[in-house]
Amino acid sequence: MEASVRPALSVNLPPTTVTNAPSRDAQAALTMRMTVSKVNFFYGSKQSLFDINLGIATNKVTALIGPSGCGKSTLLRTLNRMHETVRHARLEGEILLDGQNILHQDVTAHRRRVGMVFQRPNPFPKSIFDNVAYGLKINGSKIPIAEAVEKSLRHAALWDEVKDHLHKSAYELSGGQQQRLCIARALAVEPEVLLLDEPCSALDPISTAKIEELLVQLKDLCTISIVTHNMQQAARVSDFTAFLLTGQLIEFSPTPQLFTTPGDPRTEAYITGRFG
Amino acid sequence: MNGRLRWRKFVSNFMLTMTGLCALIAVSVLFFILGYLVFHGGASISWNFFTKLPAPVGETGGGMANAILGSAKLLFLASLFGVPIGFFGAIYLAEFSGSTTAFIVRYAADLLNGVPSIVIGIFAYSLLVLPFKHFSTLAGGCALGLMMIPITLRSTEEFLRSVPGALREGAMALGASKWRTIATVIVPAAYRGILTAVLLAFARVAGETAPLLFTAFGNRFWSPGWNQPTASLPVMIFTYAIAPYEDWHRQAWAAGLVLLGLILVINIVARGILSRGISVPR
Repeated sequence: MEASVRPALSVNLPPTTVTNAPSRDAQAALTMRMTVSKVNFFYGSKQSLFDINLGIATNKVTALIGPSGCGKSTLLRTLNRMHETVRHARLEGEILLDGQNILHQDVTAHRRRVGMVFQRPNPFPKSIFDNVAYGLKINGSKIPIAEAVEKSLRHAALWDEVKDHLHKSAYELSGGQQQRLCIARALAVEPEVLLLDEPCSALDPISTAKIEELLVQLKDLCTISIVTHNMQQAARVSDFTAFLLTGQLIEFSPTPQLFTTPGDPRTEAYITGRFG
Repeated sequence: MNGRLRWRKFVSNFMLTMTGLCALIAVSVLFFILGYLVFHGGASISWNFFTKLPAPVGETGGGMANAILGSAKLLFLASLFGVPIGFFGAIYLAEFSGSTTAFIVRYAADLLNGVPSIVIGIFAYSLLVLPFKHFSTLAGGCALGLMMIPITLRSTEEFLRSVPGALREGAMALGASKWRTIATVIVPAAYRGILTAVLLAFARVAGETAPLLFTAFGNRFWSPGWNQPTASLPVMIFTYAIAPYEDWHRQAWAAGLVLLGLILVINIVARGILSRGISVPR
């Protein structure tokens, strides 16, 4: 965020706070569920994230936008440590969840707290019910599974469509339904944070609209961060937007501000469609 | 112009006929063999064939009950030995190993697969027959099991690798550990392929004769336990086919028919199992 945009704000904010908390008045009511500080990320010798500082506000939707290869997906994946599944990936810096460094936690325990939905729907080759129950079963959850499954499917706005054939294959659902099933699956373990990596890129406009609507409702349930290459989508669903370019965080502001009065000429160039 | 068009049509039809004919030959070989076996051996298949011991030399009649049971025992032992090693080796190969290790293991498995079965037999002979000074079911089962390892390993690995990476990510993102992901998502997603692979290996060694010649050897009587020489269908076919008795020839044909029938039944049953459950669409 440039000083010229919001002179009133930038006066007494040190640079790190600028990126950590999008705006001062918003900050007053906000707590940060996750904090990313000084993160550098490498695939082998190739650095793909440079000194990222970012806060993910509790019960808000934070969007990560930017052109292909800018590192937005990489950044999202570090939040639940999915980057560790890639060989030769290396992360420097600190990522906090509720004040604790996630890199020092048990990775499976961490991923239960921070769920993830991927670009393409990836239901397991199991029934609809078993898909949603999967996370509960592997975590040895004590709560009654059938109730939890129904609750998660309701949260994902899928219950009415599937309640009569819960034991059919998940692959019999449409793409949009499958993606909502994946959301239900992630919600079943009651994560604190839900990460979505371009969840609508493989879906048709109607399914996309349903998922966007859903995200806005899910805010009350958990904190959401979404990667999207669709700027209109970021504008529609998110409260805060981070713009990344070639591995650097260019600008991080409340969504309306970023799209109406971008502080950086590169942000403006991107959102007006001059590149990307 | 017209001539060229005619030529093209001719080439097209010619190729269609050629390829169709080759496909027909490929299919008909099986039916030809089956028909031949039924023609020559069908008459000798009777209740006695399955329940009686071989008749003494010079007498007609008798059966191959001991060879059928012997084959079953050998194959049971081979599967017990070969399938788990191949299966878990494949899991290591597909899910854990680095590219160098994978290359070495894969290459070794391919070489092992190419080792002539008679050499496998000699190996088992020197390792499990010579030290004990007698032929045994155990030695024969191990020789066959050894042959099952590379087949099971390589095809199981292929099927595990064909499971989309997105499923691995999906499970791990839910907090599943690596082995949990493998046990609850990857293997179930690939189990049909794996089962097919195992049955393929099974069918392949079911008809092996060479490694049994000097491991399980042969026996004209029952072979109790695991420590004595035993009869088996392939070796029985071999012995009976080269013998000078007309009745033995017929029985050899019948044994061939039984062996083929067994493999056919296994295949059909497997396909029945495979058509159930949920599979990953490709």
